[in-house]
Amino acid sequence: MKHEWPLWEIFIRGQHGMSHRHVGSLHAPDAEMAIKNARDVYTRRNEGVSIWVVEARNITATAPGEKGPMFEPSESKVYRHPTFFDIPDEVGHM
Amino acid sequence: MYAQMVKSTGEGVKSRDDMSPEEVAFQDKVDADIKIEPRDWMPDGYRKTLIRQIGQHAHSEIVGQLPEGNWIARAPTLERKMILLAKVQDEAGHGLYLYSAAETLGVTRDELTEALLSGKMKYSSIFNYPTLNWADIGAVGWLVDGAAIMNQVPLQRTSYGPYSRAMIRICKEESFHQRQGYDIMMKMAQGTPEQKKMAQDALNRFWYPSLMMFGPSDAESVHSAQSMAWKIKINTNDELRQKFVDQTVPQAEYLGLTVPDENLKWNEEKGGYDFSEPDWSEFFDVLKGNGPCNNDRLNARVNAWEDGQWVRDGLLAHAEKKAARKVAAE
Amino acid sequence: MAELDKTQLAQFLLRMGDNTLILGHRVSEWCGHSPVLEEDIALANTALDLLGQTQLWLGYAVEVQGEGKTADDVAFLRDAWDFRNLLLVELPNGDFGQTMMRQFLFDAFHSVLLGRLLQSSDQMVREIAEKASKEVAYHVERSSDTVVGLGDGTEESHARMQAALDYLWPYVGEMFASDDNDRAIAAAGVAPDPASLRDEYDALIGKVLAEATLRIPDSDFAHKGGRTGTMHTEHLGHILCQMQWLQRAYPNATW
Repeated sequence: MKHEWPLWEIFIRGQHGMSHRHVGSLHAPDAEMAIKNARDVYTRRNEGVSIWVVEARNITATAPGEKGPMFEPSESKVYRHPTFFDIPDEVGHM
Repeated sequence: MYAQMVKSTGEGVKSRDDMSPEEVAFQDKVDADIKIEPRDWMPDGYRKTLIRQIGQHAHSEIVGQLPEGNWIARAPTLERKMILLAKVQDEAGHGLYLYSAAETLGVTRDELTEALLSGKMKYSSIFNYPTLNWADIGAVGWLVDGAAIMNQVPLQRTSYGPYSRAMIRICKEESFHQRQGYDIMMKMAQGTPEQKKMAQDALNRFWYPSLMMFGPSDAESVHSAQSMAWKIKINTNDELRQKFVDQTVPQAEYLGLTVPDENLKWNEEKGGYDFSEPDWSEFFDVLKGNGPCNNDRLNARVNAWEDGQWVRDGLLAHAEKKAARKVAAE
Repeated sequence: MAELDKTQLAQFLLRMGDNTLILGHRVSEWCGHSPVLEEDIALANTALDLLGQTQLWLGYAVEVQGEGKTADDVAFLRDAWDFRNLLLVELPNGDFGQTMMRQFLFDAFHSVLLGRLLQSSDQMVREIAEKASKEVAYHVERSSDTVVGLGDGTEESHARMQAALDYLWPYVGEMFASDDNDRAIAAAGVAPDPASLRDEYDALIGKVLAEATLRIPDSDFAHKGGRTGTMHTEHLGHILCQMQWLQRAYPNATW
């Protein structure tokens, strides 16, 4: 036979209410085993409270060539950032 | 190092005039410390060199489990057994992270494994030396991991994103390895006369092989120049070796152990130690397969792989049946 | 509740700790040699859990004995006849299938037993069980999955798993062969009489082995002599040769 186990991407949510974050990949025969392997490989140091696994071939990603149109337009929307606005010190913390 | 004498294109660094527009843009990104990601354009040589380097690094982690694993069953206390097991397990994890990084470059873990087992790809020379007494486990942590860290810390800044991220994770985990090694050495060096003898014996045998880990001088190497321009190699071999010696000698003195080098002497002018070169003919012999443990190490990996084939096939076959049953039920 | 003397409690604790010590040792032998990296890492986790539990059980055992010994002393300086582990856990690893079948047969027992120990009349036993039962709940889940996967996998993996079960089955009965010590421990409310766990155990393994398409052998013959120490297998001596060598060869050293 000689088939390699599929590749899975592993996402873990840490202790402090942050979102799941990509931590790495591993191989597993199916999703259930991928979860277990992720537990054994990526949470050995108490790193997580929740695990997502996604088979790598099911991930759709932006193409590197699209970087300009995808991300540059947001560079000019400076007013979306709080530092855009000057608030006098007398107003206090905002 | 864990990746030794990795060949790049062999043509040296191209001048800007000789580069294609894509190559210029690529080099500009690298120079500006912008990470290269898997789907970005990259020169063919960069991809191939990285696969060789990351693959060799991964193989070294996996083969590196063996000399230390050799003492898990003989560790002298429950705590030492657990620490050692956790450490050798970490090496398996590091191998896994690195194989994953290599896989983003379009090679599979199975392909890399087969290249290791057929002898087409190498692993670090250091793991072809035996661990003969318990202090060797201390020496491996202290010297071998110490030497590896010298190289791995700067590699966290390497240009290839997945490699850099793997190195960050590895360095974070690695920090306990060298300390546990030195901790064993302290116990041994402060212990009974027999324990001190073991500690000195371990240092005697591991000193020069540790210096060899950095590879021969590469100041003139065209491969290294290209790798450094691409930021997949950060320092020269000699720089790292000097740094390692300067750091390690005072640690040996603290233990009351003697570094087996009559020429070892502080050089005020250069602000570092003068020391003897290892025997490079021995190094090349080990690379050719003639180290004390080459056959044992490779056979162990071949056996694990071949004996495990039915397990990998069996679990995959079950997963496929299960998926088919699920589809049939829907 | 019945009064318990300390040798009886210590005997129970040694049985617990020797099981986890010897099995942890056996499983750790796989490190660096497993069929795939992910399994290598997972097996090391199992071994680490078992060795951690060993420190707790043996640590409490020497406290109860009150002779000033440490957990390391009893692990590294007793001879085979003083070990109280089940024969099952000292059997050789064999192939990966045999290791995982042995693991599953023990995990199932261990998880049922630890579940009951959560209600122990002894506070220390309760506390150890609380920590260990979470670890073992995962062990049994993982070893069940593997037994099912390999049993139901290919023709070869099925045959190997059936062979493993046939080989190991005569060592299952010893887990439930209770003696006077067990009855005294049960009467004091420290731990259940192992014989009382058999039905729950059979139900658990019956379900998993059926899913694995494996057939439980008809024979109910059971080897014994491990948990009483009267007759271990020849394998235990070899484990101890390795495990205890440094402590024996250099008796005055600290490590």
